[in-house]
Amino acid sequence: MAITIQDVEHIAKLARLRLTEEEKLRFQKELGKIIEYFDQLKKLNTDGVPPTTHVVPLENVLREDAVKPCLSVEEALANAPDRKGNYFRVPKVVEKEG
Amino acid sequence: MKYESIIGLEVHAQLLTDSKIFCGCSVSYGADPNSQTCPVCLGLPGVLPVLNKKAVEYAVKMVLAVGGTVAPHSIFARKNYFYPDLPKGYQISQYDQPLSTGGSVEIEIPESKAKKKIHLTRIHLEEDAGKSLHSEDNSYTNTSSNVKQKGETLVDMNRCGVPLIEIVTQPDMRSPKEATLFLNKLKQILEYLEICSGNMEEGSLRCDANVSVRPIAQTKLGTKTEVKNMNSFKAVEKALNFEMERQIGIIESGGRIIQETLLWDAEKELIAPMRSKEESHDYRYFPEPDLVVLKFHPQTISGIGGIRSEEKFGTPTITIVEKIKQSLPELPEARKTRFIKQYQIPEYDAELLTTEKKLADYYEECVKNYPNSKAVSNWVMGEVLRELKERKISVSEFKVPPKELASLLKQVDSGTLSGKMAKDVFVEMAETGLSSEKIIQEKGLVQVTDTKEIESVIESVLRENPGEVEKYRSGKERVFGFFVGEVMKKTKGKANPSVVNQILKEKLSS
Ligand SMILES: [Zn+2]
Repeated sequence: MAITIQDVEHIAKLARLRLTEEEKLRFQKELGKIIEYFDQLKKLNTDGVPPTTHVVPLENVLREDAVKPCLSVEEALANAPDRKGNYFRVPKVVEKEG
Repeated sequence: MKYESIIGLEVHAQLLTDSKIFCGCSVSYGADPNSQTCPVCLGLPGVLPVLNKKAVEYAVKMVLAVGGTVAPHSIFARKNYFYPDLPKGYQISQYDQPLSTGGSVEIEIPESKAKKKIHLTRIHLEEDAGKSLHSEDNSYTNTSSNVKQKGETLVDMNRCGVPLIEIVTQPDMRSPKEATLFLNKLKQILEYLEICSGNMEEGSLRCDANVSVRPIAQTKLGTKTEVKNMNSFKAVEKALNFEMERQIGIIESGGRIIQETLLWDAEKELIAPMRSKEESHDYRYFPEPDLVVLKFHPQTISGIGGIRSEEKFGTPTITIVEKIKQSLPELPEARKTRFIKQYQIPEYDAELLTTEKKLADYYEECVKNYPNSKAVSNWVMGEVLRELKERKISVSEFKVPPKELASLLKQVDSGTLSGKMAKDVFVEMAETGLSSEKIIQEKGLVQVTDTKEIESVIESVLRENPGEVEKYRSGKERVFGFFVGEVMKKTKGKANPSVVNQILKEKLSS
């Protein structure tokens, strides 16, 4: 399955990336190769193999509902590019997704 | 043409755990902004989420309470989108392998008394996002990045990672009224299970709806829209009515409904489309690699065993589905049925008394101390609910404990207080939190049952109103109430009404 330039543009947009025309061509090639690899995997016989989401043989790793100390507000905001009072501050967002 | 609406709901309920779903941060409401965060819920690099056991137990409780099926095998998934209150760039949720499927909640249509099952598609666990405050007033300028634009958004991450269950219904509701009935029932169950506060205003219960309309008798479904941002029960009904009318209007004028997401504006009472692009719904879900499979072994669902981890890899745990099942409290429907039977009260009373678990507890505690169950029911439905409403408080904040109400009612029975006096004392009790005895003593509110004293008051009333006496004797028996009123006035309401009635009758007929 080939990747089109539109696919690249769509994926870039979802990832909030701005690509140059040159980069788009490069990613078209690179993503295409990844998809090709999946095509190769598809050829394997997986009859009798249960669908696997995790490769570690673990299940039900849980913790007790216990409150632990949090970061201080100063620590929490230490890496923020911008803040106002005790809030993170960002350009105004209008649409809410999700 | 008559139309009906087809409504499905997605309800998010915040679980009443102490800590967040994947980290140990506190979830207490109203803390200072960004004071309840840690590297995990801030999405700092290299951290690992670990699932909160209690969140799983609570979710399973809900599944069992609505008769759903706990999936033997479920996994978490990443829902990818960008928003400032989602620091990781994805929300950990469940997608194609949710915690549970099926189940239903029964509602009763008030007009017809008909019962109707609203079927659930699924219940799954997920984390909440942070909270954004938008403002137009302040221009955003960031000197380091040279960004300048109108308006700013402030973000508080305290809510980020708070455990939620999402309850998804089938499109079974046929009117906005049915949707609010369902939501009320759901809230009631969540409260009975004590797994969610059910407070829509505080955001611990949130609801989105899928709405479409079609002419009655048409089987083909119309195009649906999604309505969000309904923050109270009233808002849900108003918003859905608004959307239903809007869609009917478009169809009647020959237009076409566009599938879109709409936001309810509670202040303006209207719905506006959310500015978003097609692509925003491309969430690119994939299994969350940092959280392992949640497994309920088959035998656990039917009865034995539990959520167990592979012993050789970790601590043998955990919760047992059967144990949760046994720990389920009596649910509203069952309690209502029991109230009717055990206390011999009308269905109406039982329904009202069991709407809230705490109120039903209050009633039962009171009956324990004063077994006239119908009298208690009248008092709780009347005086107690009125006081709560006037004071805008919940049952747990109410200053009159059920035992005190019981002892007040006993004093009416013993003749110490008249019904009217008891009501006044009760208001005083609700105000001050003092016992009825204390109030009666302080106010000198003891009912006069002394027949001699009452007799002399009656005699003076009759003497002062010869005209009324004449009227009564000539057959106008309605003036009887006038005499009672006058006697009560003179005794400041302290005269025992049955004694007054008896003596008055004797005097008037003699
Ligand atoms: Zn945290």
